Amino acid sequence: MADRLRMVEAVRETLRAELERDDSVVVYGEDVGRAGGVFRATEGLLEAYPDRVFDSPVAEAGIVGVGVGLAATGLRPVAEIQFQSFLYQGFHQLAQHVARIRSRTRGTVTCPMTIRTPYGGGIHALELHSESFEAGFAHVPGLTVVVPASPAETAGLLTASVRSPDPVLFLEPTRLYRSFREEVPADHELPLGEARIVDSGEDLTIVAWGSMLRETLAATAELDVDIEVIDPRTISPLDTETIVESVRKTGRCVVVHEAPRTSGMAGEIISRITEGAFYYLEAPVERITGYDVPVPLFAREDAYLPDADQIEGGIRRVLENG
Amino acid sequence: MPREDIAQFTIRSVQVLAEDGTVDEDLAPSLSDDELLDCYEAMKRARRLDERAISLQRRGELGTYAPAIGQEAAQVGSAFAMDEDDWIVPSFREQSALMVRETPPQRILEYAMGMEEGADIPADEHALPPAIPVGTQPLHAAGVGWGEAIQESPNVALTYFGDGATSEGDVYEALNFAGVYGAQTVFLCQNNRYAISTRLEDQTAAETLAQKAIAAGIDGVRVDGNDVLGVYRIVSEAIERARDGDPTLVEALTYRRSMHTTSDDPSVYREAAEEDEWEARDPIVRFQVYLENRGLLDEETKATIDERVDSEIADAIDRANAARDELDPADMFRHVYAEQPPELERQAAAFERKGDSDG
Repeated sequence: MADRLRMVEAVRETLRAELERDDSVVVYGEDVGRAGGVFRATEGLLEAYPDRVFDSPVAEAGIVGVGVGLAATGLRPVAEIQFQSFLYQGFHQLAQHVARIRSRTRGTVTCPMTIRTPYGGGIHALELHSESFEAGFAHVPGLTVVVPASPAETAGLLTASVRSPDPVLFLEPTRLYRSFREEVPADHELPLGEARIVDSGEDLTIVAWGSMLRETLAATAELDVDIEVIDPRTISPLDTETIVESVRKTGRCVVVHEAPRTSGMAGEIISRITEGAFYYLEAPVERITGYDVPVPLFAREDAYLPDADQIEGGIRRVLENG
Repeated sequence: MPREDIAQFTIRSVQVLAEDGTVDEDLAPSLSDDELLDCYEAMKRARRLDERAISLQRRGELGTYAPAIGQEAAQVGSAFAMDEDDWIVPSFREQSALMVRETPPQRILEYAMGMEEGADIPADEHALPPAIPVGTQPLHAAGVGWGEAIQESPNVALTYFGDGATSEGDVYEALNFAGVYGAQTVFLCQNNRYAISTRLEDQTAAETLAQKAIAAGIDGVRVDGNDVLGVYRIVSEAIERARDGDPTLVEALTYRRSMHTTSDDPSVYREAAEEDEWEARDPIVRFQVYLENRGLLDEETKATIDERVDSEIADAIDRANAARDELDPADMFRHVYAEQPPELERQAAAFERKGDSDG
């Protein structure tokens, strides 16, 4: 009984299913209750589960920090931070406590918390509503960082995140919230830490996630090249093996992300390719990324975001090289 | 619309046991003789641990340590007010309270020896590990108290922090969350007058720290933090209110008689005369006079208690040293995630081969 859902609906139906399945799940965040979230990702949940869905004060450190306590009492906090850049106000709680409490207590105190937050650009939002600080979060040991790229993937990965024994930061590309529908199976759970081979191919590997996967598929559809497209889905801990195996096969690779270039995930991924597939490479690995500038206000946003043309250019350069 | 007063607030201060050892009988909590002596012994144990820890650190056997000398009444009195299943959410100076909650001193020493084993907490202890970043843990206690309320459990969370922490935004967020959600939480601010070197008047223009509760819409009260009976009474009342979903901020006015940590030298920023003044107000001395006057404590009992806490702490030191000798460095890889991710497995294997060229 698969429904055709948009990504934002997949978030909502997954939360509804997890609230129904597990009494320990609590959902809270700014405007998630009566308003149903600014993107309506939690619409109707307060009415259905009035004792476990809460509007929270406007306090991101608080939203993240109380999760440590909720989890200690045996609950599974699922918090929403309204936009990713506002998580900077809660970053200290995330890095100092949520992500490290398991390690610092040798596994005796854990924090199975999910923090959902809309991220990335492309919806002409206000300043600081379009950030992709994914690599910064990926740099925090103990945290799992997930980025879904479609409605079905959202349902499968969010289900796994809520059920995970570890804290998960679930980054929802705002641009994809309402961009397309997809069949979403009921009770769909996908593994965390495992990449998906979106398209198999022999000539070149592309690694892309979130909204950039859509751009990548738009680019590859125009080309008569046998491309393997990999979506890591979990950017930390990263599934190195799937990527390295693919590059060993194709010898060529392009990594795409919306986040700024320097110290971005592409640097880490290419480093792992160098460690695991250097002698298989036919050409230098290319990265197509955002620029090392603050994400501009929306009048210049399209100039900032990598698009299908840039990805196509990267593919051509890697194919022509070597 | 004319000007009018629309809200008034007052902050009450309480003292039960005066500096001369006399007690306000109307306010005195009903503790049995045995409970009073247990309380005294807990304060002595805490003092002994701190003294030994400082000398161990000076000998190079312990890392940085934050003594609570002078704050034993605030910590022991409050911890005694808790029920068995209540939660303790400490900062990094709460060894006195933690030992009342039956945290073995060995664990406190292990943490100060730089071992995660010192924060290894059995689930039934209902404790969170020491929080190093100032003022971050009250939010965890708000979460615990809220979580218990959601689950309709009677358990209360008691969290400890200092005067400096009240300047952190997280502490206000914690008080505010607790108020909004009716969290079963008691916030105990030990105002020991100094945040490392920063005096209270440089920390805030607020007349009391208890009044920080007012903006969050919860109750605030001050108690003489060197009065173990007063702290016990006020925190007991706060805990009972918390069980009904009414959080309280308790300001225990005390004095950090020793250094902030073993890395600190208080002579740089305060006068010896001030320290002498507070030595005379020491919480253990005051309580001892009271117990002697009540005929509960004679020289023999004092000596027995001293010997017992001495040997307990000495044993704890031996056990912590033995644990350090068996420390497995590779343990750092084991608890980062519930299941070790492949990259971490690779790094752990490389660690085992450390020194090999392909590490």
